[in-house]
Amino acid sequence: MTATTMARATERRDLLSLDGVTVRFGGHGAPAALDAVDLGIAAHEIVCVLGPSGSGKSTLLRVVAGLQAADSGRVVLEGRDQARVPTHRRGVGLMFQDHQLFPQRDVAGNVAFGLRMRGARRAEQDRTVAELLDLVGLPGAARRAVGSLSGGEQQRVALARALAPSPRLLMLDEPLGQLDRGLRERLVVELRGLFRTLGTTVLAVTHDQGEAFALADRVVVMQNGGIAQTGTPLEVWQRPATEFVARFLGFDNVVEATVRGRAAATPWGTVPVLHGAEDGPCRLLVRPAGVRLTPPEDGLPCTVTSRTFRGTHVALLLQPEQGPQLEAACMLGDAPEPGQRVGVRFVPEDVVVLGAAREGAPGDGGPNPGAPSLGATGEQSE
Amino acid sequence: MRATAVRMGLLALPLVFFALFFAYPVAAIVGRGLTDGGHWQFGRLTAVLGDPDILHVLGFTLWQAAASTGLTLLVALPGAYVFARFDFPGKQLLRAVVTVPFVLPTVVVGSAFLALVGRGGLLDDLWGARLDTTVWAILLAHVFFNYAVVVRTVGGLWSQLDPRQEEAARVLGAGRFAAWRRVTLPALGPAVAAAALMVFLFTFTSFGVVQILGGPTFSTLEVEIYRQTADFLDLPTAAVLTVIQFVAVLGLLALHAWTVRRRETTLRLVDAARTAHRPRGGGQWALLWGTVAVIVVLLVAPLVVLVVRSFAGPDGYGTVFYTTLGSAASADSTFAVAPLDALWNSLAYGAAATAIALVVGGLAAAALTRRGGRLMRGLDALLMLPLGVSAVTVGFGFLITLDKPPLDLRSSWWLVPLAQALVGVPFVVRTMLPVLRAVDGRLREAAAVLGASPWRVWREVDLPMVRRALLIAAGFAFAVSLGEFGATVFIARPDHPTLPVAVARLLGRAGELNYGQAMALSTLLMVVCAGALLALERLRTDHSGEF
Repeated sequence: MTATTMARATERRDLLSLDGVTVRFGGHGAPAALDAVDLGIAAHEIVCVLGPSGSGKSTLLRVVAGLQAADSGRVVLEGRDQARVPTHRRGVGLMFQDHQLFPQRDVAGNVAFGLRMRGARRAEQDRTVAELLDLVGLPGAARRAVGSLSGGEQQRVALARALAPSPRLLMLDEPLGQLDRGLRERLVVELRGLFRTLGTTVLAVTHDQGEAFALADRVVVMQNGGIAQTGTPLEVWQRPATEFVARFLGFDNVVEATVRGRAAATPWGTVPVLHGAEDGPCRLLVRPAGVRLTPPEDGLPCTVTSRTFRGTHVALLLQPEQGPQLEAACMLGDAPEPGQRVGVRFVPEDVVVLGAAREGAPGDGGPNPGAPSLGATGEQSE
Repeated sequence: MRATAVRMGLLALPLVFFALFFAYPVAAIVGRGLTDGGHWQFGRLTAVLGDPDILHVLGFTLWQAAASTGLTLLVALPGAYVFARFDFPGKQLLRAVVTVPFVLPTVVVGSAFLALVGRGGLLDDLWGARLDTTVWAILLAHVFFNYAVVVRTVGGLWSQLDPRQEEAARVLGAGRFAAWRRVTLPALGPAVAAAALMVFLFTFTSFGVVQILGGPTFSTLEVEIYRQTADFLDLPTAAVLTVIQFVAVLGLLALHAWTVRRRETTLRLVDAARTAHRPRGGGQWALLWGTVAVIVVLLVAPLVVLVVRSFAGPDGYGTVFYTTLGSAASADSTFAVAPLDALWNSLAYGAAATAIALVVGGLAAAALTRRGGRLMRGLDALLMLPLGVSAVTVGFGFLITLDKPPLDLRSSWWLVPLAQALVGVPFVVRTMLPVLRAVDGRLREAAAVLGASPWRVWREVDLPMVRRALLIAAGFAFAVSLGEFGATVFIARPDHPTLPVAVARLLGRAGELNYGQAMALSTLLMVVCAGALLALERLRTDHSGEF
């Protein structure tokens, strides 16, 4: 247990806590799917684990559910070590990525399943099913065959089924992964409202930062089986802890830098940093919003390479006279044309000094393939 | 770790069952044949193989199996094409008709062909022609049996081959025949090989058909083993022959497993419903009608003649052969019990054998559901062995091993169902396993997270999905048990014959009444088996197993 989790565990009692949980597929020496993960979740908290595929986030859920045994470490639920507790006695709920509704049962049969397993009376089952179907917005669907439901409806039934036995912890695996964009954005708001009303403790995993930020009280970013950063959505967005997190969130203005006082020396010249940064060499992020355009003679001289319309703003790709390409965001009205010469000034509030990458995770310094790379598409976008 | 323990627990019963009732008898036969006073006697092998009579039997066994296989392919491959590519009214019915012979007891097929081509048979009446003294009766009966094997194995794949592959070849400049030879034939090759091996295996170990139609002239290894045991009481020779046959069958099965694996390679398969069309042009219609004619003459006629003969009494048509089945006295005095008793024996044995096969096969299938390492694959193959190993081997093995304490089952009623279940288990496993493997593992996990214990998970998730497959497996096991002859004839008690055993006994005696009663009993047996099969065809879906 690290010092930080120790401190947190004493200041509040976690509903779920993981201590150094490690899982390896394929024996000793194989890379760990989960590498000594420490994580605590308080009652009524909504925590979202965010990470690229293969970062171990689904394995994390399976370990908590007891579907996957941990090679070392402890899973503690309400103060009880779960090592010897089989899946069906853990009292957690898990909503699968592709729902996994029972095809031979109708909607009510699916929702009532967990209650039946707990030996609930028929009348109680019927009442709970009706309540939950109302709650998820499918009143009167009890007798429908699950095969006849649309993707969104299946998702709602799966949610009702997971909620029906009142699990002490509800886990969601890519809850909205298979739905189209509009439905996803609507449902994520509905879900957050629902969990707030019910006071459900939620552990969700997703690879979609928009989903995670909209749903969660706290975001946990995972990288290669370990935790790269945890914090509120705002903290993670504003202050990505490492280059990996920054690139995963889609920020590509990352360079080598050396900090001295309130300034950092970079390939782009001197960049101002906020007070409190440690002196010495580091990686430095400049968020596109912090790249301000000026007349060419006032700042770092650049040529506009490409211009991409992004709805609320315009993303510009700039080639400075020295150093790597720069991404900038500017308002719709005053975006320059490609080929135009501009100057650039940096805003200290949007400059982030990044921490070292997680130990044992080499190769993460490279650009994240999932993040949009303007350099490749910029020419066609104009 | 725990999963492995559960698996081994589930496998315990099937393993004990196979060890006791398969491995032990087979090992005992080997011991009986090749050792003497604790010493290996490989000289016996050469001594038996040096006997010109035995060599003749061995030669004939191979020859008739090869001839039957060739003849079956010749007759059935056009049929496979017709069923795969043509759409015509009555196709479902014709497909069911074609499949009936496969589940018919060998004894029924033997009597049906006797009624068609034997003394006083239809051909004899019409043209004075008899085939029962020639090898043709045996070969035709083998074609009758295995027509469905070829149509199902080859036609099943053929109907799913994408016709556009051939069209692509045509567009690239290949002629109609060249396109078929270069595109379709290579794709079908492994399926044809697998079907041919299956037919070869079945005819190589043919017993009932040869026993009834072969007379004293023709004898296969299987019949010879029975003769050496039952008629000459020469157990060492029988044991040596069994060992030879066992090795040959193992070789054939290994070859078959290899072709099956090759069959699954990278073929573009499409929904069968999309590839069939109405016959076009005179050639295709001629092919369709030719196939129908072959089916009527070769598959339907023997059964019709069998039924007709069963009603053709000495005083014109009537039910005299059926009404006399109920009394022992009306048969000649050597028949200790009423022939109709054999029906009840068969049904009772069949039900018990089905129950055993379902429990043993079901447990094995449950344990093998999750694909495992080499050990599990080995067990999977082990469970298939009784299908290929001759029934006579099993019966003979029971006879020489289960006759002394602690396993003295000689006088036990359970001896017959146990032997029949051994043959039924592979059908159960093969039917259940693909369905169980098709169940998404995460459905089981979803149930577990919702609070279902492993046993509840099986009951709530697996059972509803395999219920249909379970019924089909039960039907197959029942039909196979009802028709089982080779093993049962060794171990059935004289006063407790099954239907096939009673038929064979009646045919072995002179007299119009015995012959007529044999036909009547065969008809009853055929009706029960065909009824079971047709009920299954209604239940069958595309995904329920390999048979």
